[in-house]
Amino acid sequence: MPLPVIKIYSYMNDTDVSQRDNHSETTAVHVEDLHKSYGTLEVLKGVSLDAHDGDVISIIGSSGSGKSTFLRCINLLELPSAGSITIAGEPVKFKPSKRGEMQPADASQIQRLRTNLGMVFQSFNLWRHMTVLQNVIEAPVHVLGMTRAEAIEKGEAILERVGLYDKRDQYPAFLSGGQQQRASIARALAIEPQAMLFDEPTSALDPELVSEVLKVIQSIAEEGRTMILVTHEMAFARDVSSNVIFLHQGLVEEEGTPDKVFNNSSSERCRAFVKSVH
Amino acid sequence: MVWDWLPEYLPRFAEGLWITIKLFVLSLFFGFALAIPIGLVQVSGPKWLGLIARGFCTLFRGTPLLIQLWLLYYGLGSVVPYYPGLRESFIWPILVEAFPYAIVAFSLSVAAYEGHVMKGAFQSVPKGELEAGRAFGMKGFTLLRRVWFPRAMQNVLPTLAGEAVLTLKSVPLASTITIFGVYGVGSIVRQETYRTYEPLLFVGFIYVCITALVVVLFRWLESRVPSESQM
Repeated sequence: MPLPVIKIYSYMNDTDVSQRDNHSETTAVHVEDLHKSYGTLEVLKGVSLDAHDGDVISIIGSSGSGKSTFLRCINLLELPSAGSITIAGEPVKFKPSKRGEMQPADASQIQRLRTNLGMVFQSFNLWRHMTVLQNVIEAPVHVLGMTRAEAIEKGEAILERVGLYDKRDQYPAFLSGGQQQRASIARALAIEPQAMLFDEPTSALDPELVSEVLKVIQSIAEEGRTMILVTHEMAFARDVSSNVIFLHQGLVEEEGTPDKVFNNSSSERCRAFVKSVH
Repeated sequence: MVWDWLPEYLPRFAEGLWITIKLFVLSLFFGFALAIPIGLVQVSGPKWLGLIARGFCTLFRGTPLLIQLWLLYYGLGSVVPYYPGLRESFIWPILVEAFPYAIVAFSLSVAAYEGHVMKGAFQSVPKGELEAGRAFGMKGFTLLRRVWFPRAMQNVLPTLAGEAVLTLKSVPLASTITIFGVYGVGSIVRQETYRTYEPLLFVGFIYVCITALVVVLFRWLESRVPSESQM
């Protein structure tokens, strides 16, 4: 059976073409024909994605469709079973393991490439023994080798942007869920990534805290930062995305502009899904 | 009660106290240094290494320290002199002393108990926080040094304080291999003055003081790390 491979190309919004034109030639993340199996269960059955600089790509789909797994494969938190991944123009080197699965061939390459990707987790995953500011400057200082003074200066500016400057010396345990997620967005921004990865960033939040986090994500999207976003917030995905991918049972069922996916889909499943969550 | 012997023996108690503290602190230091890898390999190392570490913990936690001490000093210590060339070598002066044997025995014991504690501590760190470290490009050692170890220590300090006090109170066992710590000096007093209870009370008093000091020290350490329970 031939495996369907659907490529996603960037569509530019008329409003900010000028801004994105500067980078439109570079590809932040390029994934081709990605497969992932757990034992006999095949979660991803050949998914491809192209995120050019400035793209905001939302991945939607019902739970179990493989969208989180796909995102986690991009920065190798999950190892794909087959396929290829290119980050910031550099292909990730793989070698087959004894059991025939894919293994990273060069651990230091992966560590280096990961610093191009700022990950935001569903459950924040802030380091709880560090204050908010310490969380933000940790990777710049101890991974990227930035001086402490410079990292603090930049970190404080980022915290100002996400509205957490006054909480910079607090420990995560003392913050609300929304504040913790904003802190974790600040932590991801601090490594100045080429692309941001969001794994259901609002799913663990109380309903009244969702909007403060979405506002921050939207402001980052508007400044032209490349983002790949797994989300259940359909209205939000429609507003911020340049592209939307609808995953169904490990395959791309529909893709394109928000308007196409949400209003004019040719896929029966996609229309049913959009209807069910609205 | 008669205490008139005390002034005469005070200098010797001071010497004993120094030996007791030296043995305690060095054992704790070396033991803990060993406990970290012993705990770690049981959680994340290769399977065979984890099994060795687990076997070590079970064996040393399951046998009395006194027997370990004697096997090491009287057993190994009596075999060693027959090893060819050793008498002429530079480490010979160390091998004829009892103190190094005590350090080794106590350190191994501490390593076994605290290795078991550290295993649980490493396990208790949420996977997501380690994942976040990896996602931000940390390599293995950076992740251990910056996230995994400090995070593991956070909630395990009170347990380690308890283990340290237990170790302190087993130091008198060293007197059975001719190391005259505080307790050893107390026995000398008993033999020379025929007074039984006063020296014992005095030794007990000194131990209470050291214990209090250890507890205060750990409290101070705990106050410096923010713990989960302060939420």
